[in-house]
Amino acid sequence: MDLHYWLIQTFNGISYGALLFLVGSGLSLIFGVMRIVNLSHGSYFLWGGYIALSVIGATGSWALSLPVAAAAVAVIGLLMERLFLRPLGFDPLRQVLLTVGFAYLFQQGALDIWGGNNLEIETPDVLSRSIVVGGLYLPLYRVFMIAMALAIGGAIWLVMEKTRMGTAVRATVDDAQMARGVGIDTNRISMLIFALGAFLAALGGVIGGAFLGVYPGLDFEILPLAFAVVIIGGMGSLGGAAIGAMLVGLADNFGKALFPELAYFTLYAPMVLILAIKPTGLFGRE
Amino acid sequence: MSQRAKILTVALVLAAFGFIVPHTSSFVVLLATRALVFAILALSVDILLGYAGLASLGQAAYFSVGAYLTAILVTRYHFGLGWDFWLLVPGAMLLGAATAAFFGLFAIRATGVYFLMITLALGQCVWGLAYRWNSLTGGDNGINISARPNFGFDLSDERSFFFLVFAFFAATLLGLYVLVRSPFGRSLEGIRERELRMRVLGYNTWLHKYIAFVIAGAVGGLAGVLWAFTNGLVSPDTAVLTTSVDALLMVVLGGAGTLVGGAIGAAIVFGLREYLSTLVPWWQYVLGGVYVLTILYLPMGLMGLPARIRQFRAFADWRDKETNNLAPSPS
Repeated sequence: MDLHYWLIQTFNGISYGALLFLVGSGLSLIFGVMRIVNLSHGSYFLWGGYIALSVIGATGSWALSLPVAAAAVAVIGLLMERLFLRPLGFDPLRQVLLTVGFAYLFQQGALDIWGGNNLEIETPDVLSRSIVVGGLYLPLYRVFMIAMALAIGGAIWLVMEKTRMGTAVRATVDDAQMARGVGIDTNRISMLIFALGAFLAALGGVIGGAFLGVYPGLDFEILPLAFAVVIIGGMGSLGGAAIGAMLVGLADNFGKALFPELAYFTLYAPMVLILAIKPTGLFGRE
Repeated sequence: MSQRAKILTVALVLAAFGFIVPHTSSFVVLLATRALVFAILALSVDILLGYAGLASLGQAAYFSVGAYLTAILVTRYHFGLGWDFWLLVPGAMLLGAATAAFFGLFAIRATGVYFLMITLALGQCVWGLAYRWNSLTGGDNGINISARPNFGFDLSDERSFFFLVFAFFAATLLGLYVLVRSPFGRSLEGIRERELRMRVLGYNTWLHKYIAFVIAGAVGGLAGVLWAFTNGLVSPDTAVLTTSVDALLMVVLGGAGTLVGGAIGAAIVFGLREYLSTLVPWWQYVLGGVYVLTILYLPMGLMGLPARIRQFRAFADWRDKETNNLAPSPS
């Protein structure tokens, strides 16, 4: 195990973290604004991958599949929030249970539409090469994943920090009741954030489909990882989600490489400790 | 219905169930056995959700701890296949309770959605170990158990085994019923309704919830032993998140805080999953639909249905009266 090995493992961990950021940031924002633990978030990820496969099958364009799949799932998320979650009012437990019910429906729907085989999203030729940086062969696709996460994270951060809309969202995360009191339409904000979360998860599903594959059961595999990101980073905090995603990506990679028998334990045990000591996460606000 | 009438109804239904099932096909007997094991797991969820107000998404942890203990002892040491089965059961309950006692130190401080997430993380820890710790758990393949206990009463016969599981279910139900009717159970309900007030009244609310958590762990361990022998295979699937989710949904479906609700939920879920699935390919839509509709329209679950109907009737009567009073005479 030389330096070369460590560098490659670190790079792999960071690129996996980039993927987890896309899934986790949406989950985190939804929790921050609505206090809902969205257990159908993994289903959005899975459906993103499947819809992308259909788009690629129909048009042959991978680039087109990214926005189309993400937008389609965003619409599904939006409808779910409007038609089912909103009418329940503020009742987190029932809302959480409702999202589980939907996760089962999405699972069956995906099985009916796309079948039970393990599928994979083919990456375009441009991205399937490797580049050489300082003697390391880095798959270009993983570099693309990191760039994508940086671009999207940066864009959301700009919107959150610099626009009126973003200020309203942050106010809602901090204190929804006060935000309503000063005239912020929190109802509209939760609708937008829910759609954005679904959008990001589906985008993650398309990007991850090239390297995790797309298969039944992926939804409930990615969900706990997304939770780990959110909990370690802190709920409702974008920067926290970024750091949480990096930590989970690295912990997952090094855990599997160094302690194969304890791989997942090394991931979830820190999550328990953080929740027990500081339930709002490392970077979350009270 | 008075409390006595309710107990009598449950006892009669259970007796009828125990009498009819063994006379049906072996498919139904097996189905009923599996549902009963999950009904025991659902009871452990209901103690937390229905009485302490804690929604646990990690009950599969104690379930799988019991199941793996059984599988390891049986396959490696041939322990638990004779009279020592009666040592294995308390052993697994103890291990489930010990695991819960350890996990509870982390979990009980949290409330609401945070409790949900911390139990999820704890469940994932156990799943991670089951999935990856090959030398102990057999990894992804799990451990096969080819034999069932025989202590003069041969459990390899499906009907005998059904009676055993049925007896365990009835005993657990009775035990937990006594528990929730005891002063301890009453204080738990008080904590569910208003924890701060109970604390001000001098109750150690942390300890109450902790004890409930440990008891639920023990019951989960019991369900685990029975599941290991029912299923014949103990794999990471017993510890996976969806097992915890299923148990929670069974309770919500039947009605939290009723004990028997979880059993009704288990019966419906297994009925749909294993019976309906042989008839139609879209059975999971029915299951998902039933969940969604129950959560939307029956917050008290199916056990809340009679109350809901009474409420609706009362409302309809009131509305008729109002419209009769207010409506202008027909012209």
